[in-house]
Amino acid sequence: MPTVTFVQSTGESIEVAVAEGTSLMRAAVTNGIDGIVGECGGQAMCATCHVFVRPEYAGALPPVSDDEDEMLDCTTSERTEASRLGCQVKVSAELPSIVVDVPADQV
Amino acid sequence: MDSTAAHEPVVIIGGGQAGIQVADSLRAEGFAGSITIVNDEPGNPYQRPPLSKDYLAVDAPAEPLPLRGAEFFADKDIVLLQDTSAAAVDTVARRVTLSDGNTLAYGHLVFATGATNRALPCPGASLPGVHALRSLSDAEALQEALAEARNVVVIGAGFIGLEFAAGARARGLRVTVLEFAPRPMGRALSSTMSDWFTARHLADGIDLRLNEGVAAIHEDGAGLSVESTTGARYAADLVLYGVGVTPRTELAESAGLPLENGIVVDQSLRTSVEGVLAVGDCASFPNIHTGARTRLESVQNATDQGRHAARSILGASAPYTDTPWFWSTQGPIRLQIAGISAPGDHPVLLGDPSGGKFSIALLRAGVLAAVESVNAPADHISARKIVGLGLVVSPEALTAPGFNLKAFAKEALATPA
Repeated sequence: MPTVTFVQSTGESIEVAVAEGTSLMRAAVTNGIDGIVGECGGQAMCATCHVFVRPEYAGALPPVSDDEDEMLDCTTSERTEASRLGCQVKVSAELPSIVVDVPADQV
Repeated sequence: MDSTAAHEPVVIIGGGQAGIQVADSLRAEGFAGSITIVNDEPGNPYQRPPLSKDYLAVDAPAEPLPLRGAEFFADKDIVLLQDTSAAAVDTVARRVTLSDGNTLAYGHLVFATGATNRALPCPGASLPGVHALRSLSDAEALQEALAEARNVVVIGAGFIGLEFAAGARARGLRVTVLEFAPRPMGRALSSTMSDWFTARHLADGIDLRLNEGVAAIHEDGAGLSVESTTGARYAADLVLYGVGVTPRTELAESAGLPLENGIVVDQSLRTSVEGVLAVGDCASFPNIHTGARTRLESVQNATDQGRHAARSILGASAPYTDTPWFWSTQGPIRLQIAGISAPGDHPVLLGDPSGGKFSIALLRAGVLAAVESVNAPADHISARKIVGLGLVVSPEALTAPGFNLKAFAKEALATPA
């Protein structure tokens, strides 16, 4: 089973195992990861599932879509090159594990 | 927080977005007393918006999206009663009687009872194969029905009806939508925008029929057929209706709370009865954005009112003023609305609708009252920031070459009021 590791701004690290095709947002909300809200339910409408993807995993991700790009400009914690919306990134056979940092502020 | 409010038990009736948010925010704000959520649905509380979107797709996730993780309630010391309803409220003794006969004493009681679907007022409305969509069990029944269906008839071109229609169409089904009114989503959208949606859904192969309501639904052995008010008949093996909702206020009414299209609350979301509040879809509140008592059905309103009510319980009395926003996804179309439009607002087009990415700014007496955006999230987020400011802006300024809402928002927010 693919795994997602969420690293909080406090340094705390939580690894969860999820089914292939699960978005990072769903993985976080289902497992009660603090700091990932997902208020819109994964429609890229609210920018409350912002994560920073560790660089070693970034290459395996699909590119940022135009809509996601616009929403990322509006996140509460400032956007970086590593920023993604958790609802738009899914774990898969090609991406069986991923480590992301959770921003200090989400809403 | 005063010392009484710090410990008196809080009871929340309803395990939807608003009710769960009240509990979460109370703990986040340091409330140390007992919190009990009375939820009449079984299982872990879940998010409703995906039920009419992703959850009905062919590649739908196996489980609904929870509102909070499974450990949340235990971790935060919140008691979640499942499959239990509140049967009666005694506002003098401050006690709730539950469907299982138990009682709960409260210092503060929050009605987060939501809304219920309006019934379809025609013969045949309760035939097998005729569905509504509100709960997870509704969505599960629809998921199953969609897997077998070929011909789908949707009654009502509101958000739910059109989200479902677009989802069914994306699955390759034949979809007819009947709408009694002259335009879709007519209560929520400017006519310019709802006309754009009409054209777009027709172009995507949805047979959207306006000014045509339902007269009856028949079952003739071969399947269902929907008879419209024009006398036409549409064969269907799945009928979905979404013809509006009504707030769930029966319990509040029997408890003696004033109602007015919802449970009447003041600017702090308190009812006129000491210790009783209401939030979300069931609450009728004084809305500074409409200048009138309003009831809103949206995730934004549920969560923001949930947060606000928690602070009210802890003694704050600030008015609730959050800017309303809404969204809908209909196939590839992402609609986002900031603010609340009204008939008579002056529409100003921003961008190019033929490219499928644009916004409509709605001016009321020169003030930017609302912005409706299609596939233009930057416009929407910018609008969310500025609609609440009550800015006076001219149509000429909005349509000047090089204008964009993002830069406009930046400037507006940087300028001292």
